[in-house]
Amino acid sequence: MEQFTGRVWTLGDDIDTDIIIPTEYLALKTIEEMKQYGFSPLRPELAAQIRPGDILVAGKNFGCGSSREQAPEVIKALGIRCVIAKSFARIFFRNAINNGLLLIEQPDLYDDMKEGDTIAVTVNQDVDYQGKRYPIASLPENLVEIINAGGLVKAMRRRNGIG
Amino acid sequence: MGQTIIEKIIAHNSKADSVKPGDIVTVNVDRVMLDDIMIPFIVDKFHEMGFTKVWDPDKVVLIYDHLVPASQQDDTRHYRVGDAFVKECALTHVHRSDGICHQLMTEAGYVKPGDVVFGTDSHTTTYGCVGAFSTGIGYTEMAAILGTGNLWVKVPETIRVEIEGTLPESVMSKDVILRLIGDLGADGATYRALEFTGTAIDEMSVASRMTIANMAIEAGAKCALFSPDEKTAKYCQTSLDGFQKSLRGDEDAHYLQVITYQAEDFVPVMACPSQVDKIRKVSELEGTVIDQVFIGSCTNGRLEDLQAAAKVLEGKTVAPFVKLIVTPASRKVYEEALACGALQTLLKAGAIITHPGCGLCCGRTGGILCDGERVVATNNRNFLGRMGTSKVEIYLASPAVAAACAAAGKITARI
Amino acid sequence: MGMTIAEKIIARAAGVDSVRAGDIHTVNLDRMMSNDGTTHLTVDMYYNKLKNPQIADVKKMVFIVDHNVPSDSAKTAGSQKKMRDFAREHGIDFWEGKGVCHQIMMEHYVCPGELIFGADSHTCTYGALGAFGTGVGCTDLLYGMVTGTSWVLVPETVRFHLAGRLPEGVYPRDLMLTIIGEIGANGVNYQVMEFDGEGAKTLSVNDRMVLCNLAVEAGAKTAIFEADEIALEYLRARGRKPKAVFHSDPDAIYAREYTFDLSKIVPVAAKPDFVDAVVPASEVCGVHIDEAFLGSCNNGRIDELRVGAAILKGRKVAEHVRFLVVPASREVYLQAMEEGLIQIFMESGAIVMNPNCSVCWGSCQGVIGENEVLISTGTRNFKGRAGHPSSKVYLGSAATVAASAVKGEICTADML
Repeated sequence: MEQFTGRVWTLGDDIDTDIIIPTEYLALKTIEEMKQYGFSPLRPELAAQIRPGDILVAGKNFGCGSSREQAPEVIKALGIRCVIAKSFARIFFRNAINNGLLLIEQPDLYDDMKEGDTIAVTVNQDVDYQGKRYPIASLPENLVEIINAGGLVKAMRRRNGIG
Repeated sequence: MGQTIIEKIIAHNSKADSVKPGDIVTVNVDRVMLDDIMIPFIVDKFHEMGFTKVWDPDKVVLIYDHLVPASQQDDTRHYRVGDAFVKECALTHVHRSDGICHQLMTEAGYVKPGDVVFGTDSHTTTYGCVGAFSTGIGYTEMAAILGTGNLWVKVPETIRVEIEGTLPESVMSKDVILRLIGDLGADGATYRALEFTGTAIDEMSVASRMTIANMAIEAGAKCALFSPDEKTAKYCQTSLDGFQKSLRGDEDAHYLQVITYQAEDFVPVMACPSQVDKIRKVSELEGTVIDQVFIGSCTNGRLEDLQAAAKVLEGKTVAPFVKLIVTPASRKVYEEALACGALQTLLKAGAIITHPGCGLCCGRTGGILCDGERVVATNNRNFLGRMGTSKVEIYLASPAVAAACAAAGKITARI
Repeated sequence: MGMTIAEKIIARAAGVDSVRAGDIHTVNLDRMMSNDGTTHLTVDMYYNKLKNPQIADVKKMVFIVDHNVPSDSAKTAGSQKKMRDFAREHGIDFWEGKGVCHQIMMEHYVCPGELIFGADSHTCTYGALGAFGTGVGCTDLLYGMVTGTSWVLVPETVRFHLAGRLPEGVYPRDLMLTIIGEIGANGVNYQVMEFDGEGAKTLSVNDRMVLCNLAVEAGAKTAIFEADEIALEYLRARGRKPKAVFHSDPDAIYAREYTFDLSKIVPVAAKPDFVDAVVPASEVCGVHIDEAFLGSCNNGRIDELRVGAAILKGRKVAEHVRFLVVPASREVYLQAMEEGLIQIFMESGAIVMNPNCSVCWGSCQGVIGENEVLISTGTRNFKGRAGHPSSKVYLGSAATVAASAVKGEICTADML
């Protein structure tokens, strides 16, 4: 079972895609150029503070709004290991899976969580926060297939007989 | 066991007798919409996946709208990438300055009742106005569809919304969907289909239904469906076949939830900063001073919207020091508004009328605001920072209310 | 000793009987115009650099937001808000989104005989109505605003005698570009261009604006036409009266004199990146374009829109070309709607924008990208003026621009 720990940044309810990456920056050429503007409308300093392996914990409806796939890509490029939220908006959910960004739904953790603390995640099993265990569900099988393939691009490459 | 509209569409598409919520089904895509913001990413992923041709060029529509006219030097790179892809894949349905993608998809006849359509924009839900299953996806999935022609979907549960009666004269369909989003919450319909029915819905124009379908995503919905009727057929310039006529929720279909409204109970409302589900009656906000008004977008930039605004502003002028920006949804809408005099009325009242496109709604140009400014807008989102800094306050409203606010220089329910 | 029109206007403004080129005089300004290019800087200086500042006469002030309309960034919006708040607080005439500043000034304010400062280089446009308009920086504008006065060095006048009449299919813009090409981008540096002769009588106020507007591209302090019956009729139609109608004296002194025979003028184009790199348009035909622009304070009036629409009628803009049509003011836009011109442009596939400076100013709409080529009726083709530093701008008449938009490469209207 895959396990990892990470420092936590907390965000609120309804963190929309325009907060994750504003439209103003969507025409930049690469995700690398975009990532410094991640979360800038809400917390302009956050992108620079995030370190690889950090974890985002948020309230309900994370990723609501636009279909921009730059949103999960920016989060991933910032080095976020996974996002744990009470719930996710659906287009964001699909986009994250397709890019191999791990999303975990957990109804209670956010209410207990303090920013800066560390949590331990056991995928498909639970989250350990200060000794308390928060159960998490397994991903549906068809999504596991995409993730196992290494994302949708790799799945398609395999289909097309490349790499 | 009866079926809801979305169940009928997915079953028909996948040639299954029936499907039920939770089923994972691979659908054959009838049409896809690619927009200018996403095109470089789509093309990159398409090539990275190893595809060399699109599965069916006739089913692909490419629309430049977010970046028209270009406001930054790199914007035109998106046109160049798009144009090269058009050439590479022999695409024929391309719109370079004709208006907003969602308006064009139905207006130009690319979407028919019962179709399954995906677009790289969240407001792709709009096409439910003609009884199509349409929803937004990311660029990676779009690249995969371009290569394969199909996509997996999970059959959603359906929430049925029934509205009986006649809407008050001051109420537009925008007020209906804003109220519904307020009642459901911004995630109240996540992963669900919305299905609209009732006499008030029957009475609505396709354009009004479009406003509702467009904003369904703001409640998290996967799609929002209206049964095709004679108005739909006329709008789509088609006659409905048996399947299309069957697209109505069965009596014994399973609904997760049924919400009923009496049309007469609706009043003009606004979504207050900075959540789409923070709904208040306009009358409760009376007198709030504003700096700008925006009438446009795929939500409310159509002919009936411009006409509603023109009716309010006839013989009036925009309040001093307040800007009214009008961005028609499409070239056709612009031309029709010009032909009927609505544009002239708005111009005489002092409006700034721009070329059709996404304009201010997508927050790249078209009237960006600064700290401390307040805007009343007819579009679909009032997210933090969407139209400038995070200290800009965005109120979402119907075109009639927005026009009245422009004339008053403050929020008012006196249309 | 005789005086030119420009000298007489300065003498009147200075309250003296006569002035000579080279004199420095303190003058009373009749009017001052400031736009969103720099007004926020003026406002900052007003509050931060001056003790107990006040405005000498708010009735002389006009603020116009035209450069970035509608606003394209929070920064722009902040500058415009500063300007708007200042105008509101002080009771200054304020225009926003109603058109390019010089067009609004001509439609609503400029009168023959006035001395007008504008914080924009193309303020020289006002000479079309026999006024002395000139561009200044925001410090000069601020001084004028708080004192109502300024100093001027009386410029020499260079006389441009216009003979004959422009041939069919050749426009005042071709004429002015030809003149600039001939005398060079600094050909009349710090001098006044005075246009006269029978040829001048064949030109409408619109036409004269085209000539005067571009005078700064030859380095001129301003350009001027005598306020004749054509000018006075323009004024009457708008309910205004001249401040003073001046004529140059027969014995006035001119630094130089040129004669241009209008009947010999041909369609021309200015090549990148200099306004005086003027060649017959036929020499640049065939150059692939990405964008075409019909608009600006130079060439966005009803006359030019008519010329463009006549060419576009029944035709389509080339698939790969973005054709921006931007009326110079709301008045122009409305008239173009009523005459059916806008409908023609929309049917042809053009992008019709709200009145503003648009891509002539290189910001906010129609910005061109890397290595792209624009043919424009704007005022300048400087390097990077319309977007990316590697992009190129050609200047031509409304007819040449419209024809090129159809063909997808530079061509003259007769080649369609």
